[in-house]
Amino acid sequence: MFYLQQIGAYFLMIKEIFNRMTKSSVLRKLIIKEIDDLVINSLGIVAFISFFIGAVVAIQTALNLTSPIIPRELIGFASRQSVILEFAPTFISVIMAGKVGSFITSSIGTMRVTEQIDALEVMGINALNYLVFPKIIAMLLYPFLIAIAMFLGILGGYIAGVYGGFVSSEEFMTGLREDFIPFHLIYSFLKTFIFAFLLATIPSFHGFYMKGGALEVGKASTTSFVWTTVAIIIVNYLITQILLS
Amino acid sequence: MIRVENLHKGFGGTEILKGISTTFEKGKTNLIIGTSGSGKTVFLKCLLGLFSPEEGEIIYGDTDYDDLDESEKRDLKEQMGMVFQGSALFDSMTVAENVRFPLEMFTKKSKKEMNLRVSEVLERVNLENADGKLPSEISGGMQKRVAIARAIVTNPKYLFCDEPNSGLDPKTSIVIDNLIKEITEEFNMTTIINTHDMNSVMEIGEKIVFLKQGYLEWEGDKTQIFKTENKAVTDFVYSSNLFKKVREAQLKGL
Repeated sequence: MFYLQQIGAYFLMIKEIFNRMTKSSVLRKLIIKEIDDLVINSLGIVAFISFFIGAVVAIQTALNLTSPIIPRELIGFASRQSVILEFAPTFISVIMAGKVGSFITSSIGTMRVTEQIDALEVMGINALNYLVFPKIIAMLLYPFLIAIAMFLGILGGYIAGVYGGFVSSEEFMTGLREDFIPFHLIYSFLKTFIFAFLLATIPSFHGFYMKGGALEVGKASTTSFVWTTVAIIIVNYLITQILLS
Repeated sequence: MIRVENLHKGFGGTEILKGISTTFEKGKTNLIIGTSGSGKTVFLKCLLGLFSPEEGEIIYGDTDYDDLDESEKRDLKEQMGMVFQGSALFDSMTVAENVRFPLEMFTKKSKKEMNLRVSEVLERVNLENADGKLPSEISGGMQKRVAIARAIVTNPKYLFCDEPNSGLDPKTSIVIDNLIKEITEEFNMTTIINTHDMNSVMEIGEKIVFLKQGYLEWEGDKTQIFKTENKAVTDFVYSSNLFKKVREAQLKGL
C-alpha cells in the first residue's frame, strides 16, 4: 500500500512540475547551471568507466573464443553490440543514478531541511517547477553523454583488443561493421531519453518530499539510488521486450 | 491587518489549533508566544498559507483567504515576506542574489533598477559591504539581516518572522528586534513574529498573543503581560531566573 501511495505521489509530482512555469529569464539561468552540474560534470566519470568497460568486454570475449572456427571478428562485433545495446545506456545510467541521483536528492533534501523550499513556496513560487523542471530539460542532453560513452567504450575495446594482441585492427573493424542494425541505435537512444527523465525525477521526488534532518538526507539519497536503479532496470526490460523481441 | 476567526487545524486526528480568534494590527509588531508544542509554528504556517485550516477564516485586510482562487492566492503571497528561523537563504546564491531573487521572480524591473533596490535594502539593514558574499561566509546575525532584506525588498504588506532571534547572542537579538520594529513602522506593514524570547517581548511586543496547547490563552501588550494574573502566562514569563527575581522584588515592593 505504501509503495502504491509513493508511486501515486510521484505521478502527481510529475503533473505539478509542469504547472505554473517559472519566469523564462530565471529558468534559462537555472537550466544552464543544471547542464553544468548534471551533464558536463559527469563527463569524466562516464568517459573513464566506458573506456575500461569496453576494454574488458573485448578482453573477456577474446579469452572465451577458444574454438578456432569462431572468427576473431566476433571481438569487434561483441564490443559494439554490448556497448551500444546495454553498457552505455543502461550500465552508465545505473552509475549516474548514484552520481547525479544522489546529488539531486541531497541538494533538494538539504533545501527542504533548511526551509529553502518553504521560502520558495511562501513567495508563491511553484518549487517543483523551479527545482525539477530545469533538471529535466538539462537531462535532455544526457543522450550526448551516452553517445560519448558508446564511442569511448568501443574505442576501449579496440585498444585492448588490438594492442593486447587478441585481434588485428582489420578483424576488429570488420566485426564492428558486421550485421549493423541502425534500429539498435534508435532503441538505445530512446531508452536513454526515458532513463534521463527517471534520473531527473525520481531523485527529485525523494529529496523534495523527505522529512527530518541531515541523517534523513543521507537516507533519502540511498533510497533514491535504489529506486532509480530499480526503475531503470524494469524500464530497460520492458523497452527491450517491446522493441527488440 | 490580519483577522483570524475560530481557526482549527490538526494532523492525523490530533487537533493542534483549537479555535483561535484574534486580530493582528497594521504598523505594529505582533508577537505569538508560548511554550514549545503550543501550536505557534502551525499557526504561523496557517497565516502564511502553507497549511490549510480545517475550520475558521483568515482575513487579510478585507479579503478572506478561502474566497481566493489559486491565482489570487499567489498574488497575495507576493505581498508577504517571511524571515525563517534558520534564515533559509539560498546557499548557492550570494547575499545580493538572495535579496534580488524576489525582484527577479515577481517584477519587471530592469537589471539596473533591481541592483539599485538591492543596494537600498542592504543599506537599510546595514549590510552594504556583504553583497558579494555567500550565506556560509557571514555570521548568523548577518544572515538574519539578509533574510529580512529579502523579505522586504518587494515592499510587502505582511511580514512574518519565525523565531528571528534563534541562535543569536542577546546583543544581536536586540539589533534584529529593533530592525524589525523600525521596518514595520517605516513601511506600515503588519508584522507577525513567532518567538519565545522574553527579551523580544519586552523590546517590541506591541501586541502579544499567548498560545497554550492550541488555545489562545491570553492577549495583550508588553506592559500588560507583566501585570497579568493568568497563571499560564506568568509561568511562562517568569520561567527564567532573572525574571523570577524581578517578580519577587516587585511582590516585595522593592
